[in-house]
Amino acid sequence: MRTLDHNILTLVTFVPLAGALLLVLLPRRDRDIRIFALVTSLLTFVLSLHLPVYFKRPLHLGTGFHYEVNSPWISSPTIHYHIGIDGISLWLVVLTTFLTPLCVLISWKSVHDRVKEFFILLLILETALIGVFVALDLFLFYFFWEATLIPMALLIGIFGHERKVYAAVKFFMYTMIASMFMLAAILWLYAHTGTFDFVEIQTQIRAGGVPNLSAAALWLFLGFFIAFAVKVPLFPFHTWLPDAHVEAPTAGSVLLAGVLLKMGTYGMLRFNLGLFPEQSRQNAPWIVVLALIGIIYGALVAMVQPNMKKLIAYSSVSHLGFVVLGIFSFTQAGLNGAMFVMLAHGVSTGALFMLAGVLHERRHTYEISEFGGLASPMPIYAASFLFIVLASVGLPLLNGFVGEFLVLSGAFQSRAIYGILGATGVIWSACYLLWMYQRVFYGKVTHAVNNSLLDLEGFEKAAVWPCALAALVMGVAPIIWLAAIDPTTHSALVPLAQMTAKVVGQ
Amino acid sequence: MTPNLNLWLIPVLPLAGAAINGFFGKKSSRTAVSVIALVFSGAAFVWALTAVARFWPGDVPYRELLAHWIRSGTFSADFAFYLDRLSVVMMLVVTGVGFLIHVYSVGYMWDDPGYYRFFSYLNLFMFFMLTLVLANNYLVMFIGWEGVGLASYLLIGFWFTKDSAASAGKKAFIVNRIGDFGFLIGLFLLIQHFGSLNFVQVFNQVQPMPSETAGTGLLTTIGILLMVGACGKSAQIPLYVWLPDAMEGPTPVSALIHAATMVTAGVYMVSRSHMIFERAPIALTVVAIIGTLTAFFAATVGIAQTDIKKVLAYSTVSQLGYMFMACGVGAFSAGIFHLMTHAFFKGLLFLGAGSVIHAVGGEQDMRKMGGLRSYIPWTFLTMAIATLAISGIIPFAGFWSKDEILWKAYQANPVYWAMGAITAFITSFYMFRLLFMTFFGEYRAAKVNEYGRVPHAHDDEGHGHGEPHESPAVMLVPLLILAFLSTVGGLVGIHNGFEHFLRPVFGPESPEAISNGSSGLEFLLMGVSLAFALAGATVAYLLYVSRPYLPDRFAESLGGLYRAVFNKYYVDELYAKVFVNPLVNGSTRILWQDIDRKVIDDTVNDAADGARYVSDEVRHMESGNLRSYAGWIAAGAAVLIAYMAWEGAGR
Repeated sequence: MRTLDHNILTLVTFVPLAGALLLVLLPRRDRDIRIFALVTSLLTFVLSLHLPVYFKRPLHLGTGFHYEVNSPWISSPTIHYHIGIDGISLWLVVLTTFLTPLCVLISWKSVHDRVKEFFILLLILETALIGVFVALDLFLFYFFWEATLIPMALLIGIFGHERKVYAAVKFFMYTMIASMFMLAAILWLYAHTGTFDFVEIQTQIRAGGVPNLSAAALWLFLGFFIAFAVKVPLFPFHTWLPDAHVEAPTAGSVLLAGVLLKMGTYGMLRFNLGLFPEQSRQNAPWIVVLALIGIIYGALVAMVQPNMKKLIAYSSVSHLGFVVLGIFSFTQAGLNGAMFVMLAHGVSTGALFMLAGVLHERRHTYEISEFGGLASPMPIYAASFLFIVLASVGLPLLNGFVGEFLVLSGAFQSRAIYGILGATGVIWSACYLLWMYQRVFYGKVTHAVNNSLLDLEGFEKAAVWPCALAALVMGVAPIIWLAAIDPTTHSALVPLAQMTAKVVGQ
Repeated sequence: MTPNLNLWLIPVLPLAGAAINGFFGKKSSRTAVSVIALVFSGAAFVWALTAVARFWPGDVPYRELLAHWIRSGTFSADFAFYLDRLSVVMMLVVTGVGFLIHVYSVGYMWDDPGYYRFFSYLNLFMFFMLTLVLANNYLVMFIGWEGVGLASYLLIGFWFTKDSAASAGKKAFIVNRIGDFGFLIGLFLLIQHFGSLNFVQVFNQVQPMPSETAGTGLLTTIGILLMVGACGKSAQIPLYVWLPDAMEGPTPVSALIHAATMVTAGVYMVSRSHMIFERAPIALTVVAIIGTLTAFFAATVGIAQTDIKKVLAYSTVSQLGYMFMACGVGAFSAGIFHLMTHAFFKGLLFLGAGSVIHAVGGEQDMRKMGGLRSYIPWTFLTMAIATLAISGIIPFAGFWSKDEILWKAYQANPVYWAMGAITAFITSFYMFRLLFMTFFGEYRAAKVNEYGRVPHAHDDEGHGHGEPHESPAVMLVPLLILAFLSTVGGLVGIHNGFEHFLRPVFGPESPEAISNGSSGLEFLLMGVSLAFALAGATVAYLLYVSRPYLPDRFAESLGGLYRAVFNKYYVDELYAKVFVNPLVNGSTRILWQDIDRKVIDDTVNDAADGARYVSDEVRHMESGNLRSYAGWIAAGAAVLIAYMAWEGAGR
């Protein structure tokens, strides 16, 4: 078991890539390729389940990370293959491996050109995403971070809809340019600490042994932050997101909203809070304001979108605003809630994009006005959609509630007005989602063509229903997830608490 | 030592019924669906009765932990249940009346194509409502609270092909969410100051706190926020607007959810939190004022409505106002008493209205009814009893509970009493108006419809019968049982019996309240309100039976005032103008088109364009040649890595 514990994280990370490489060799028989991609991604998922199941075992190196591997990779510059997970990254890895096979399923029929390239890109993307969450070496992290861009941009640019190239370029350039600031910050840290290793840098910073840090800390903080803020996306850096989503193929949207955005919030938790607690505190007020604007503004703009996918995209801006609000509330409830919203949003918004894709597959449009009364011809689809909508509006016993509740209660503890403004989100989300739902599903069928629409097919059910089930289980038994998250967020807050104590002591 | 009562079964049984019918009902026969729905909701009732029997005398609360739910830092919330005499009353009302309405629905919904869906939703409602009343902490209560909102949304919009039904469902959910916003903030305050949402833990800490007589304080704030939530769910001013629209739902739904149970959740929640409210006199006063105003205001709207269900809807809002008034003057047990009798007689009124609607083929306009007394005598009899009960005629149920409230209100402030007594007059008037317009005079449907057919206002609800006809036994038996309860249900209040029963929950009456009142005054006030009720009935008789030409003349002479009342004071129109339209238009034009597109996105794109202009190479991207695009990425990455290597080596 010890060998498995040692290698499991490497396996989970690179099995998809290995699958992608094997796919290159496979002949272009679309069916075989799909099955192979499904098997690969399911295998990855099953392997990844080892991570939470044995998570409670004693730590190997005592750094707070589990399943850690640290071996030299490149000697100059000193880059280590250092990976490991804690309660923050654990579930993000599982979220990625959970969503990927569903992406394969939902693309089963909708992708019929260049099938091979599509699934190769999808599997490469999976490896890159997992890599982002497990990397503990800043170089490795940056490598995976940028590596996610290429397959995602290509998925949008090749397999997207009408304005796919515009959207792909915008997505790529915007997030790439923002990442340059992070790269600069990483290079500064390397130049002054002599290492890319996250744990070591963190130790040096905490010990106060980094020369010139106090002068540079704010810039370093901002360097990381801008890269993450664009990725989240935090208002006002969000405009690439609706364009990217509308043009992206369904699977691309699912991974984009489900996992890719969380790279940003994960980065804030890991690096902004982890390396620069003091700067995080100092900058929290305006960041929280942006998060609150994102929550309210994102929801209001979502409400009036005529395009279903844009609506869901803006709703992501709103939901991710909750995550940022939770993180920068510096309370344990806020951090736990932020983590939980990340996971819940991944599941339910992923499912919403799949459901939107189902309609697009049948009608080749996302315009809400093209639909109406769909509950009559497509009852199973309508019921599944409603279930996910309810998860997304935060109905208790489904997954959206737990995270939102914790975030808001944490935000309220840090400052009442944060919690109050954030809590208006419970009203807005009901407005935009139920209004959209009514226009699409209720009333009489307004376009004759919609009368003969096919209800959910088997492979679509296989893609959507696991999300619905996950939404229910996460809502009823959030304790399974919180058990791993809670101790990690607790220790993440320790340096912040010490800082406050110091300030108070003075 | 109390035995394990397995309270969790009481909500979970209907949940099982909902799940079975939801998943398999479509392919099952109607009989099978009915059996599942009735067995599981009936089992909940039986289990509730058993639990009460084993819990008896129940002066010590019983607690039960089912499973852990949320753990975060030092905060925790568990799936746990709480039974005291207050939840006993609520639980029995919900399961008892709920079961009767399930039975009734078998007859009422039999011809509906969505039969299985209806019962699945109805059982789901029972699950959430029972969770609400049996919760042992605010968060589990909130599960039920939001969950009944969901059930209400689904059932109001049950005939979803009708746009008005779908809109009404959405409106109910959103307006309730506005209330829930206040509720949530209240919960955050509780967590912040008491570290828990558990009833016992919170109230134990609240108990030693002094009453916040001077100005506002923590408990006042919490109380007002909780009340905002209660205003949403219990349809009080200014959040009552969803309830009249909710009448789009099938009539048994109106009876169960929008009269007997769900809408009383706010009253229950305030009563459950009495420990907080008793120490927050300003919050209590706000509750009393809102309740009094709502009682009066909604009653006046009820006068001019012509849709039989709309009259009852406004009447419900008004009666809920009485319950709020009771809570607001600290007479929580009187509020709960009225909640219970109201569940009997208002449930009955709605079911009776359903029977009327059923009899006349889906018509809801009372102007097209009349004279139904002879066609549907049982329905008439039971509805007459309910009318006597709600009007507060002795010895029917409503008399005792309403009188209790008015007496307590008088002791707090005679103005509340006066408003309440006037409202009692109006209530009696519009209820007898309903009774007379529906059952007396001649049957007017033929006059209205020139083709001599009974009109079918609701395609889905229409039954295609000619003559009005009495409902089947499966619908009449629940009517008769509720009529019995509406007759004798108030007798438990004699000699303050009900108040004694709830004393372990709400504590003994404060000594000054006892010394304030002499029983002579109480009897006098009782006589006055009874006289008001009789006067209302008499006026209704004069206007709608002996001189039926008079109402139209009054309406004409009152002109604008009548139109304002008829149009519900244009409150919906006002809300649309002040809140909804600016929000939608502002979001569209300012937020989305101006700020998002023109300011933010154009800035981004202009910046990109500028960069593109400067760099010739980058312009290739415009051609959409992804191969070269990918090449650029690779080249860029290579440069970066080279730079990093150099930077590393150069240290």
